[in-house]
Amino acid sequence: MARTNAIGLTKADYKGAPTTLCQGCGHNSILSQIIAALFEMNVRPEDVVKFSGIGCSSKAPTYMLSRSFGFNGLHGRMPALATGALVADITLKGIGMSGDGDTASIGMGHFKHVLRRNLPLVYIVANNGVYGLTKGQFAPTAEKGLTLKRHGTNPYMPVDVCMEALAGGATFVARSFAGDPKQLKALIKAAFHHNGLAVIDVVSPCVTFNNEPSAHYSYGWARDHEAPLHRLDFIPPEEEILLDKPMEPGERRVIRLHDGSVVVLEQVDRDYDPTDRFAAMRALEESYRREVLLTGLLYIETEGRENLFQVLNLPEDKPLNRMTQEELRPAASVLEEINAKDMFHGADVRVNGR
Amino acid sequence: MALKPAPEPASAPAAREVVNDFSITVATINGTGSQTSNLTILRALFRMGIPVSGKNIFPSNIQGLPTWYTIRVNKHGFLARRDEHEIVIAMNPATVHDDMNKVVPGGVFLYADHIRPQGLREDVIAYSMPVNRLARESGAPPRLRDYVANMVYVGVLAYLLGIDLEAIRAALDFHFRGKAKAVELNDSVVRAAFRWAEEHLEKRDPYRVAPMEATQGLILSDGNTAAALGALFGGVQFVSWYPITPSTDLAETLEHYLRRYRVRPDGKHTFAVIQAEDELAAINMAIGAGWAGLRAMTATSGPGLSLMTEAIGLAYYAEVPVVVWDVQRVGPSTGLPTRTQQGDILFIHFASHGDTEHILLFPANINEAFEFGWRAFDIAERLQAPVFVMSDLDLGMNHWMGQPFAYPDQDMDRGKVLWEEDLERWEQEKGVPWGRYLDVDGDGIPYRTVMGNRRPGASYFTRGTGHDEYARYTEDPEVWHRMVHRIKKKYRLGRKYLPRPVEDGPGTEVGIIAYGTTDAAMPEARYLLEHKGIATDYLRIRALPFHDEVGDFLARHRAVYVVEANRDGQMAMLLRMHYPQWATRIHSVARTDGLPLTATFIADSIAGQEG
Repeated sequence: MARTNAIGLTKADYKGAPTTLCQGCGHNSILSQIIAALFEMNVRPEDVVKFSGIGCSSKAPTYMLSRSFGFNGLHGRMPALATGALVADITLKGIGMSGDGDTASIGMGHFKHVLRRNLPLVYIVANNGVYGLTKGQFAPTAEKGLTLKRHGTNPYMPVDVCMEALAGGATFVARSFAGDPKQLKALIKAAFHHNGLAVIDVVSPCVTFNNEPSAHYSYGWARDHEAPLHRLDFIPPEEEILLDKPMEPGERRVIRLHDGSVVVLEQVDRDYDPTDRFAAMRALEESYRREVLLTGLLYIETEGRENLFQVLNLPEDKPLNRMTQEELRPAASVLEEINAKDMFHGADVRVNGR
Repeated sequence: MALKPAPEPASAPAAREVVNDFSITVATINGTGSQTSNLTILRALFRMGIPVSGKNIFPSNIQGLPTWYTIRVNKHGFLARRDEHEIVIAMNPATVHDDMNKVVPGGVFLYADHIRPQGLREDVIAYSMPVNRLARESGAPPRLRDYVANMVYVGVLAYLLGIDLEAIRAALDFHFRGKAKAVELNDSVVRAAFRWAEEHLEKRDPYRVAPMEATQGLILSDGNTAAALGALFGGVQFVSWYPITPSTDLAETLEHYLRRYRVRPDGKHTFAVIQAEDELAAINMAIGAGWAGLRAMTATSGPGLSLMTEAIGLAYYAEVPVVVWDVQRVGPSTGLPTRTQQGDILFIHFASHGDTEHILLFPANINEAFEFGWRAFDIAERLQAPVFVMSDLDLGMNHWMGQPFAYPDQDMDRGKVLWEEDLERWEQEKGVPWGRYLDVDGDGIPYRTVMGNRRPGASYFTRGTGHDEYARYTEDPEVWHRMVHRIKKKYRLGRKYLPRPVEDGPGTEVGIIAYGTTDAAMPEARYLLEHKGIATDYLRIRALPFHDEVGDFLARHRAVYVVEANRDGQMAMLLRMHYPQWATRIHSVARTDGLPLTATFIADSIAGQEG
């Protein structure tokens, strides 16, 4: 019998329609880790809403969480679509699936602005540096010098989704690799508990159009060049933190999220402080020079920033979309007041003295 | 609002007075605060019981370019814009000669003495006003002097026309919301100018105003305010918008009222307003919110709608309710951003690639702007469709007389939404498992669930790609054919939820069709035509797709003139397309120059075509 989690669901309860992505596509691994993370965290699929734009990445939400509502919208507009929808019921958790073209090309504007607004949303960029559905054009994240079969060599500098997120004021920025499931799952869990917008840029190789071992978005290159900032562990609020082995000071960082859950970061080769935005930018800049795939939790801001729901001052006791006419249509006396006080009136017997 | 004019006396007295029937145009410089003065004149006349309209002809500019404000005073209630200017007040040196040339022969040219026109026309009655001196003597601090200077012409005009000073005082009280210091300062300038005129000007012109009772019980408002209030009483929950003239104040006014009337005692909001990063975001946010069960809207103008077009197709095909206000301005391109047009009709009706035919509502006055403001949500949610309310700059930004706004006479219609407890009942009743796009009622309208409904089986995956009745992805030719025809049926049968046309007329052989703000010119145009011996019937379209009455009207008339403010006669084109059997009797009366149509233009065009 299949294993059930604390709310009595099996992993099958988190599945979606059978995938139609290519065999070996990194996006399938991302879906598996989202499913695993939600299963392990005992999240009801009904409490999640999925959003996506257009592209291979954006087809992916169909292949998970069929018990969740989902909206596959327009190319690049996922952040806007999710913003409008999530306001309707703030008890739901949003997952947005986007891609390199969807986020860093046609949707760059919305990406930057959803960061500013700090919408509570897990924003996953399935990033493979190439357009798949239109068959192999350069994505804006492709490295300079990448050679693709039909399009020659990319002469332009890449967009770094994480750098854009940091510059845009994101409160949670992570990078991971579809070939590093353990880290990816821990990051998804942490992102899910983050009180605001959480960007996870996942190198998710395209086995069909961009998987030559020399390409930075290939499985081979990523595996050989992955440089994790730390080993990550996520501990949900209801679990006690058990330190499995004693560590020297500075070897371990414990980051407490707003709901009491904890992210434990174990040092790999140096101490890294993910609460320092400047350090995160420097680490990215260094990764370009060292030509490595820097992964892990680059930046997190756990307090001090309101999320969009707080800014909008939305009620916590009742979702907006369950409000009734009594709560939404002001009384007739209000209109009388507006008519009387806010509008200028015509002939007045007193004034005309007649 | 139009009153039937009394027959003109057979022989006019020698020294003919012109009472309550002329146009006043004020020529000023944008950004000098003249709007306060102009509104004060408009409101004072309105308070005196005289029918008035005010049109602001302004530049796309913050400060420094010429701007004109025209007030039409008309005892019959004919309030459309006219080309004739009986009284011109010149405050702008840059345009003074052009402004003087606008005055009709025998009219009044009232000018600030410091702008010194070179050579006054002999056929106009000219008065000069010591504007700067009176402003200086007002005791206003130097930074306010330009503003109070504009009050000088209010006072002089009040003397020349006989505008009630108490009515002016009431207008100032209203404008400054009772702020005593501002009211006193402005009122004192008006009175000083009035006294100066009394002492120094000899009235030589025939124009004056006399109190009436024609505006009793009426209010003055602009269409954007009316629309915002309509949305407020429609229970709007989500507004995403991007600033664009002339729709900006609609969204701003709405937010103002939401903050006043839709905050709970605990301080929490029952609404969300987001100023988006662009129109693409604005419409996609609104679609997200509409999909999630909120009464969602955006307000924009032509250029914004051009950007929103892809999303409009999504809302049509994914069947998402959303309300879009199009406060039309002159296009194509950036066009004339501060001038009016009815130029988006065809574009919006068919917005999107593929086959669409959207629902358009055409408010013609402030009361319909209010009514369609709330009704649009009922229609959008009932039909699970985007609804476009086609206002324009003339309605949106100018002041119009109207009835006080009437509270909605119907409960909110949230349409076919199934919550947890509804779903089980539904499935028992209908005997089939629920599917998002299943047409079980035969009206083409499926039932929808919204996110947050936790009942197993309530969720579905929404997409703009091909889908079947259960919202599953499919490229099956049969399914696509079936789905788009079901949507077409929904629109055809859904016409019953849309405002029906308004008809008037004795039953003659000549018909006129108009919609939206061109209605304002129609009573006068038909009056002029009647005097030329052409009796007309009139049908005003208030929604697309067409109701059957429109076809019946075409069938009943030998000739039908379709009046609209655009170049190509867009509504006429639509009518010919929908009613090919009557195509040859449909004649277009169309013009676009950025200004509201005049009754004279309409009457002359129709009379010309009638030969």
